[in-house]
Amino acid sequence: MKHLTPVNRKAARVESVTKDVVALQQGGPPQQPPPPHIPNGCSLVFSPGWEADRNGGTAGLCQPVERDLFDCHMGCFWPAQVPDQLNHAPDWTAKCAAAQKDWRKIDLIFPDEKKK
Amino acid sequence: MSIGLREFHSFEAAGRRFVYLVPSAAVFALDDCSAAVIDSLSSGPRAIDDLARELSPRFDAAEVTDTITELQRVRALGRSDVEPAAPPKIIPLKQVPLQTLVVNVTNQCNLACTYCYEYGEDKIVDTENGKQPKFMSEETARESIEFALRESRDNPRAHITFFGGETLMNFNVLKSTIAYARRRAAEVNKDIDFSLTTNATLLRPDIIEFLAEERVGVTISIDGPEEMQDKFRVFTNGAGSYAMAAPKIKALLARHRSRPIGARVTLTKQTLDVRKIFRHLTDDLGFWEVGFAPVTTAPGRDYAIADQGFDHLLSQFRDLAGDYLQAALQNRHHGFSNIRETLQELHHGHAKAYPCGAGIGLMGVSTDGNVALCHRFAGSDDHKLGTVRDGVSWDAQQAFLDTHHIASKTDCSTCWARPICAGGCYHEAHTRYGSTDRPNLHYCEWIRGWTHTCLEIYGEIAERNPGFLRQFDDEEVPEKVS
Repeated sequence: MKHLTPVNRKAARVESVTKDVVALQQGGPPQQPPPPHIPNGCSLVFSPGWEADRNGGTAGLCQPVERDLFDCHMGCFWPAQVPDQLNHAPDWTAKCAAAQKDWRKIDLIFPDEKKK
Repeated sequence: MSIGLREFHSFEAAGRRFVYLVPSAAVFALDDCSAAVIDSLSSGPRAIDDLARELSPRFDAAEVTDTITELQRVRALGRSDVEPAAPPKIIPLKQVPLQTLVVNVTNQCNLACTYCYEYGEDKIVDTENGKQPKFMSEETARESIEFALRESRDNPRAHITFFGGETLMNFNVLKSTIAYARRRAAEVNKDIDFSLTTNATLLRPDIIEFLAEERVGVTISIDGPEEMQDKFRVFTNGAGSYAMAAPKIKALLARHRSRPIGARVTLTKQTLDVRKIFRHLTDDLGFWEVGFAPVTTAPGRDYAIADQGFDHLLSQFRDLAGDYLQAALQNRHHGFSNIRETLQELHHGHAKAYPCGAGIGLMGVSTDGNVALCHRFAGSDDHKLGTVRDGVSWDAQQAFLDTHHIASKTDCSTCWARPICAGGCYHEAHTRYGSTDRPNLHYCEWIRGWTHTCLEIYGEIAERNPGFLRQFDDEEVPEKVS
């Protein structure tokens, strides 16, 4: 600030707090690096956006509805009926590059009779 | 868009303009442009463009709008069509650690000071014929220590203040309690420290030795030179106590050097000569610091300080504050403790929701082990929060915090001094108005006058010798008990 000089400790705090606010309002550089992206499992998230968009439909979901078909094998701890991509079916989703378009191409996996 | 002034108090110091913002308690120095903006708006809100035009002979428009943005940022200005939001009423969600426990080791006294809140006309507890023991037992004192250590929770330190009555009338219990407390504090890995208040008439060489050895902080209640001390601070037969107290105080000050020893003066209508009292107590007796408090009374007592008395008192406090300033500019110590305490609060910018720590970080224990808001209410069933054995009731504490919050004191909502006063002493309010939740409206003018003076002194020091203020950086100051 050019026209006001903070004198006591509270004034210094007021100045530093309002500096952050003004920078945000003016679209200036953020004071801290953005937090890392940590995917939340779907079972942790109850806010609208997963099951219904803000209009109550499915057109604007935060994740494509098709992801439900195979999402649980990655970001979610919830045990689900999806193949084990680590050991037995590493290429399970290989043909499905984008879930919205390619979901029909997801393979079905059957237990390997020979290995039993 | 039209803008207007928000809540603050202006003052000048060292030729500069300052604002004390309310309710944040931040202090900012103004430059010429910000001072001009505030002066213009003091006649009423107006549009920013109009204001810029009005000030254009002196400042260019960009500078004025910059200044307005800054003043808005710190909330010295705001849009005149928007009511400023009331600060939220925040009450602690869980129990706050206890910082200071005031232990009334006795409710008996060898003096019979006429104005005393414990014995005089305005007492709230019958200490003579009441149900409580006259002296605290060793067992209750130990339970009080356990209570203090337990309730200090995560704090690494606990303060115990012994109080009375006359504390030294129960010296044996006091002595054994300190030994017990040191042992127990070491076992639970905490620091513990002690202070007491006494009228000094019962000091003996062995007691002085003990207090010095144990680093017990000592505050002496004394009202000044002989003629003032002996007006009210008398024995039951009416004889004054100065002749007995003064030589003992000198002996204490000569031996006890491990902690600064302060005097605590009760001011009455008949003894309103602050500078004379201060000079006597520091120069003649050798006290390190002296604090003054106007006597707590119901209105109409002949020693009560009436309105003109407060004006007189304020002018004397101002004189002494002037002496303090001169000492501060030369980095010398000056023992006027009232101003030190206020400067500390101004320096941090404390905006209080409660006038003091009573019932939060400070509690008082009566001789039977009941815990109340503070030592002044110790023994009063109406102000009981619990006992040292069973602990305090969080429900009772929360109910107290709810009804005594500054947001509940509507009289205070327009006063700029509320961040520092918050309505004033609960006990004073109880004595004056019969209720602890009332603000002390009889001394509002005095509080505002005194806070204004302290702001001026603070501004002077900040401009001319800012290094002096570093001593106030430390946050932890144990609550003064009087």
